[in-house]
Parts: sequence; structure tokens; C-alpha cells
Amino acid sequence: MQKSVCDLIPEVPINDEKDSHNMTIKKHVKLGLSALALSISLNSVAAEDPIKVGILHSLSGTMAISESTLKDTMLMLIEKQNEEGGINGRMLEPVVVDPASNWPLFAEKARELLAKEKVDVIFGNWTSVSRKSVLPVVEELNGLLFYPVQYEGEESSENVFYTGAAPNQQAIPAVDYLMNQIGVERWVLAGTDYVYPRTTNKILETYLKDKGVAADDIMINYTPFGHSNWQSIVSDIKKFGSAGKKTAVVSTINGDANVPFYRELGNQGIDAADIPVVAFSVGEQELSGIDTGPLVGHLAAWNYFMSVDNDANYDFIDAWVEYTGNEEAVTNDPMEAHYIGFNMYVEAVKKAGTADVDAVKDAIIGVSVPNLTGGYATMMPNHHITKPVLIGEIQDNGQFSVVWETASTVAGDAWSDFLPGSKDLISDWRKPLFCGNFNVVSGTCGGKSEVASN
Amino acid sequence: MGIIRSLSQLLLVCCLLWPALASAQVDDSQAQQLLTALAESSFKEKKSVVNQIAGSGDDRARTWLEAYGDNKLGRIESSGDFIIVLKNRGRNWTVQSALSGENLGEISRRDIDTIRVNNALRNELEGILSVIDLKSPDEDNRLTAARALKGSVDDTLAERVPDFIAAEESDAVQAALTEALAIYQVEEQGDVSAVATLSGSLNSEARAALQQAQNSDDPALAAAAAKAMESIEQKLKMNRAAETLYFGLSLGSVLVLAAIGLAITFGVMGVINMAHGELIMLGAYTTWGMQQLLPGQPGLALILSIPAGFLVAALAGIAIERTVIQHLKGRPLETLLATFGVSLILQQLVRTVISPLNRTVITPDWMSGSVMINEGLSLTLNRMYVIGFALVVFAGLMLIMRKTRLGLEVRAVTQNRAMARSMGIKATKVDILTFGLGSGVAGLAGVALSQITNVGPNLGQSYIIDSFMVVVFGGVGNLWGTLLAGLSLGTINQLLEPWAGAVLAKILVLVLIILFIQKRPRGLFPQKGRAAEG
Repeated sequence: MQKSVCDLIPEVPINDEKDSHNMTIKKHVKLGLSALALSISLNSVAAEDPIKVGILHSLSGTMAISESTLKDTMLMLIEKQNEEGGINGRMLEPVVVDPASNWPLFAEKARELLAKEKVDVIFGNWTSVSRKSVLPVVEELNGLLFYPVQYEGEESSENVFYTGAAPNQQAIPAVDYLMNQIGVERWVLAGTDYVYPRTTNKILETYLKDKGVAADDIMINYTPFGHSNWQSIVSDIKKFGSAGKKTAVVSTINGDANVPFYRELGNQGIDAADIPVVAFSVGEQELSGIDTGPLVGHLAAWNYFMSVDNDANYDFIDAWVEYTGNEEAVTNDPMEAHYIGFNMYVEAVKKAGTADVDAVKDAIIGVSVPNLTGGYATMMPNHHITKPVLIGEIQDNGQFSVVWETASTVAGDAWSDFLPGSKDLISDWRKPLFCGNFNVVSGTCGGKSEVASN
Repeated sequence: MGIIRSLSQLLLVCCLLWPALASAQVDDSQAQQLLTALAESSFKEKKSVVNQIAGSGDDRARTWLEAYGDNKLGRIESSGDFIIVLKNRGRNWTVQSALSGENLGEISRRDIDTIRVNNALRNELEGILSVIDLKSPDEDNRLTAARALKGSVDDTLAERVPDFIAAEESDAVQAALTEALAIYQVEEQGDVSAVATLSGSLNSEARAALQQAQNSDDPALAAAAAKAMESIEQKLKMNRAAETLYFGLSLGSVLVLAAIGLAITFGVMGVINMAHGELIMLGAYTTWGMQQLLPGQPGLALILSIPAGFLVAALAGIAIERTVIQHLKGRPLETLLATFGVSLILQQLVRTVISPLNRTVITPDWMSGSVMINEGLSLTLNRMYVIGFALVVFAGLMLIMRKTRLGLEVRAVTQNRAMARSMGIKATKVDILTFGLGSGVAGLAGVALSQITNVGPNLGQSYIIDSFMVVVFGGVGNLWGTLLAGLSLGTINQLLEPWAGAVLAKILVLVLIILFIQKRPRGLFPQKGRAAEG
């Protein structure tokens, strides 16, 4: 490989982080010279080129509400990493695109990032349907995608790293908590009508029935996206819960439909002490849109809460408040997932000594980085990570107070043990197995074509 | 563990002694001990500590327990002093000393450990606090406390409740207490004589107790409970019917509000305005803006938003009419596309200028909660206001169209534009005013919707289809049709929803409308006369 012009610059020491003046000069000189180098020999790829980080989050459309903060989180993390001198002396350069909450556009934008912008890694997506749309592109062009949101599982791709929770890291422990600690016997599974809630509820239904819950004691309800008229459903839940057995609602209701749902719960006087609602998609950000007074005591299961009493968390919050300039800015679980994913990527690149996709893919398995709740997250061979599971109760200030947590971290399971099609499958992206859906009974690898569709 | 146990035993002894002491005050070191026990014990042990605090007879006990229930009792990590949190938002919290009540100012969140509370404990606390409140001089407080006791009477409390009943002057409080006691007697003791008290009660705890009694081994109890349940079921059926009707009307009134502006611009003027939803959104954002301008007075801000929302949406509507729609007169397809573009522009504008995130619109106190008709039926207040508001807006609009000169001119221009112009009516001016009126009413809908749904850039999108549906179903150009169509679609939807589910109910309603339009293409109230022929 041709030696870059940048290597000839005398290294300005940047041991002191606060010495940003030196750094900016160096950065400017470096940028200028790399541009020069580029113009001198167009076809040479300089080793000191910045590492390009693609950010694939919707900045407009329905999902902008959730995804735009993740874009800002990534920009903040990249800025901080650059202040510390980048990775192996290479700066990071964010490339932001806007897929506009449009699922096919996600695939197009991913292609643009990988083929045109030649990014080294992508952080992005929120909804499962957008991830499914990006998946073939990332696999075809051999990219890296870090996906930060809790999802339904049943997937493991060579090119995707799932830093959000799989069902066994969120839904199952939450149901265990309700069953064992609260003594719930009757269950309402309420969700928005799309793949994540449907798969999660299928898993939960099987799980509950395995535990001896009668079919009569399970009520399943689906509502469209953005549903706002919750009157009769909430009143049905109230009726279902007045049968004398302790009842709880497991909610996979997504996005802004939650606000009118919780408002209706409050108005109809459903108290958390009578019928607790445990939600998998309601975090600090969703709660910042409502008056949480009537919701006090309802639950959420996540792997991170903003209220966690931990110095790393407080530092992260301070940085976020400073970055956004908003004293009331909140942090949430997917932000922590990006924090973990980003740090894992940084460690993997350091370990591999290069940002080459295949090298990073090998290096990242087994990498451990601190999470924000006082423990460590490790990348498992199935491209999922280890996470603690926390159950929090909503407080009147829009925060959660942790009432229960798992004793140790839980490793994400790509293939649920509670679905007939997937209970024999495992995923291991280390050689020699190197397979995302290995069937332990038949001893064969399903391969890409057989990635279970939901 | 051992230390805590011996400590709590010590405390228990102290507690037993306290009532004998004349002073109702514990000294600060004892208070510190009690609170430390609360902070350091597990959730299970906390329950007995809470009871000790309540039993201490200290004047501050109520404040501590109330703060604890609100997750606002805590400890300063560095000094170990107990505090009550007054403001718990942001990174610095305002606190006061739990023991002396002295205000300690702002302390960093990092340095505060709140004492954890969970639902079970909060329930326990509610019971304890309501026992304290039963001695309150205010009758309303006593009534709320007595109602809260239903289902949470336990063995120790059961002995005290008859004394409370005897000492009580108010009949309502007495009745509530009697019922609370009866629930306990049926549920825990299987007392047949108590079943009669619960007969006809709509309280869910009472129903749960009876349901349990129905399955009991004692045949007399089971039979009595079954009979009592029968009368309850009767009442419940009536309640359900009334409730469904209310839900239907409230959904219907939302539809009417959203559609009535469209009934004017689309129905009367014949303009297909796809940006109608965004005009609703503007109204909702005006409410939000008003509340930002008048912090601390959400009610006043909401009332002021009614004229402000109307004006903002009307001006925006007029701007759209002047810049886009008037140039596309008589070309409905182009109008549709152009206004669709306008709607996307407005949405993205709000996203870029304000935020892609939903905004919090505060519901004023007088609009939140519900009115209790009986214990099984309560009607939510915000919906009730929306129903009333929709009717007022409708009546106002009818008045304008029927009784004012503008209304007369509008009707003249829509019926025969050329003839109206030759009679000296300025058709362009009428166009502007009509469009402004329709848009302004959309703004009013936005103000109302801000109270029941999310205020965000997508607010309008979710209502545009429904609005067109209502207008077409009601008969284009007829305001009465819009009212009737909105209310009936709302009610049908709510009738279908319980058994078909929300998704299917929506589809069924759509199918129903399509079938209806096949049969009667001009809707419920077709326009008659020559104007309709063209």
C-alpha cells in the first residue's frame, strides 16, 4: 500500500485531551493534506483516511420521533472518539442519510452508504421491517450493521450485530417477574399489529402455556399503528381484569399510540396496583410526551434506565445534556445500545488493527466493553450481546425506578426456545461452524436462503 | 440481616410503648433509626418498617410515608441525611430535610439515593394513609379514604373498622366503610350475612369477592353469592351499553370536529384539500405554543388557544388558497396533488422548525379524570368536553351558514357562481373567506385533539382519511349529514370493536361505507336541485 502524505506530518502530541487547539490544527492540516493526497493519486487508498461511519436513521416521517435522537447519539459518540484521537490514529467521519421512515428507501440508502460512500460500518434502523429491508443489501455488499433496538429475534446475520435485546433478554424475564414476584395469573398481551409484537406475543403465549396458564386466561389484542381511540379496549381490559385473578397487561404497543393508551388508562382509573402494565417499547423518551402522574407504578422492562445509579451513566447523561444543550434531555435504552455497539466497534478495530470488514467481524466476537449500568457487555458468537434485565416502575417525573434486576447478565438468544420452528437452531459465527441457523438435531446449516421469515 | 432484625424488634417494642406516651413526637435519633431501617431493608422487610413508622404516632410520619409512596424520600449519599425531594426533574433536585423540614436547596442527582418503593408497598401505604385520613375533618377526604379501603382491609384493620363506622357522621362514608368491611368478611371469613351488603355493588373488589365466594365449598354462601352476582351482572350490562354509547359518541364527535372544516372546503366549495390534516395539526401546535407562552396556566392557555388556533389555521388556509388552490380552479386532480405536496411541506416544516418529537400538551386539572356515575361506570372528562365542544362548533357553523350574510353569499356562489357574480357578489372574496372559515374550524379541531391524542408532525395524517370518509358518507355539501355521519360512524366503530378488534373494526366500517356509497352514491343527505346535477 502506498504511503500516505499524512504520515509525513510531524506528530503533534495530543496526550492532553483538553488541548483541543493543537488537535484542531492537526485535524485541519491532516484534512487538507489528505485532500491533496487524494487529488495527487486518485486510486490510492491512504491508510490514514478517516473511518467512515454510516448513520442510517430516519430524520423525517413517522419514525423520526424515535430515530432522530439516535442519530444525535452517534454524532456525539463520534465527536468524543475523535477528541480522543480517533481509532488507531484514524479519525472517524460520520455519513448521515435520511431514509425517511420509508422501508424500501432504507435498502436504497444502505446501498448508497456501502457502494457509493464506501462506509466501513453502519449504525442504524429501528423497526424490524426496515432491518429486514436492509438485510439483503448489507449481506450482498458485505457491510457491517449495528442494530440498537429490542427486537423479536429469529434472525442472525453474518453482517449484523444486534445490540438491542432479544426476547429472552426482555420479554421472558419480565413475564417471570410478574408471575413470580407479583403473582399474576391472567394475562393481556396487547400490541401494535406488525412483526415484532406478533412474534413476541407468539413466544410469550407458548411460554405462558408451558407454565400452565389456561387459554382462557390469556387475552390477545392488536391495534393499528398510531391508534388513538383506546376507550373500548381499555374498558375490555378492565373487564377482563375484574375476574378475581391478578391480571397484568404485557404491552408491545409501539410508538406514539402509547400516549393515548396510557392517558386512557389514567382516565379510566386503572391503577398499577390493580392491573399493572408492563411495556417493552415505552422508554424515557416516550414518557417525556405525557403527564406521568396517573401512570405511577406501571412497569417497563429494559436493559438500561436513565435513573440507574452509576457514575458511567451520570457521565453519559452529562455529555448528552451538554451535546443537546437541553437540560431536560433524556437518555434511553437504544441510546445505550448504540453506546455499547460503538465502543465494541472501536475495540474491535483496535484489536484487528484495521477497519476491514472481515477482520472486524472476526475480532469483535468476545469483545467486552462497559455498559452504563455498572457491568460489562460481551459480543457473543451469535452476534448478540450480554445484557442485564431491569424492571422499572414509572415515576411521576417520567423516569423509572428499578424494582428488580437479573442477578447477572443474560446472553441474547437469536432463536427462541419457545417457537416450534426455531427451538433446535443455534447461531455461531466463529469458524468452523460459521452458520447463523445451525440445526442441532439434523446437524445441518440452513444457510442464507432459509432465514426464517416472520 | 441480623442487625436489622434485632433493630426492627427493638423498634417494634418502642412502637408498642408509644401510644402510652403522652408526646406524639419521636426524637430525631429514633426517627433517623426508623428511616435507616426503611432505607436498608429489603422490599419484604420494608412493609413492617412502614407499619412501624405509621404506628410511631409522629406528626411527621404522614409526610414521610406520603413522600416515600411518591418515591421522593431519599438520603444524601455523602452525609447520610434523610431528605424529601421537592423537585425531581433534571440533573439537580430541590430537597428539604426530612427531619427538620428545612429547605436544603438544589443537590446533584448523583448524590441522592431515593428509597425504593414498589407497587405492593405503595398499596400498603395507601391503606395506611387512608386509615390516617379516616380521622380527617373533611368529609370528602374521609369518603376517598373509605373507598380506597375496599379490598385492602386486613385482619388488624377489620377490628378497627366497626369503630370508625360507629364514629362516622356521614352516610356515604358509613356505607363505603360497611362495604369495605363486608368485602373482607366475604373474602376472608366466608360470612354469608355480609353477602347481602355487597348485593348490587358495582365495585370490582366486591365483585371479585363474590366471584370467589361462588366457588366456595359452603353451599349457602355459594348460593347467596350467585344470587348477588346475578343482580350485579344485570346492572353491569346496562353500564356496558351506556359506556359503549358514550365511547361511540366521543369518537364520533372527534370525527365530526375533524371533518366539519372539510365539509365546508370540500363539501361546499368542492376543493379537495389534502392539507386539511395539517391545518388540524397547526391548531394543535398553537395550543402547545400557547401553553409555552403561559407556563403554569394550562387551562387559560387552552381557552385562549381556541381563538388563536382558529386564526392561525385560517390564515394558513387562506395562504394555501391564494398561492396554490386558486390557480388550479376546476382541476381537481392537480389540486389534490398540489395540496398533498403542501401537506408534506407543512409536516416537514414542523419537524425541522419545532422538533420531530411529539410535544407535551398539558391537560388542565378540570379536564382530566372522570365523572363517576356509579362505581362501575365513569365517564372520562376530556372526552365529555370534546363532545360538548364539537356540538358548539357545529351549532356556530350552522348559524354562520344560515343566518349571516357571508353564509348567504357562500351558498349563492356555490349554487351558481356566474349568477351570484352578476348579482354583485365578489366571488373571489367569498372563496377566501369560505376557505379561511373551513381551515379555521380545522384549527379548532386541532385544539380539541391536542387533549386526546399526540401533538406531533403526524397528527394530521391520521385524520385526513377519516375526515373524507365522514364527508362523503354524510353527503357532500351538507353539514347535518357530516354531523350524523360522524356520530354514527363513531358508534358503529365502537360497537364492532369489542368483538372484531380494532384493526378489523376499521376495515369493516370502510367496507360498510363502500357498500353504502354503491347504493346511494350521494351519501346520507344528497344535495337536491339543479346545482347537484352538474
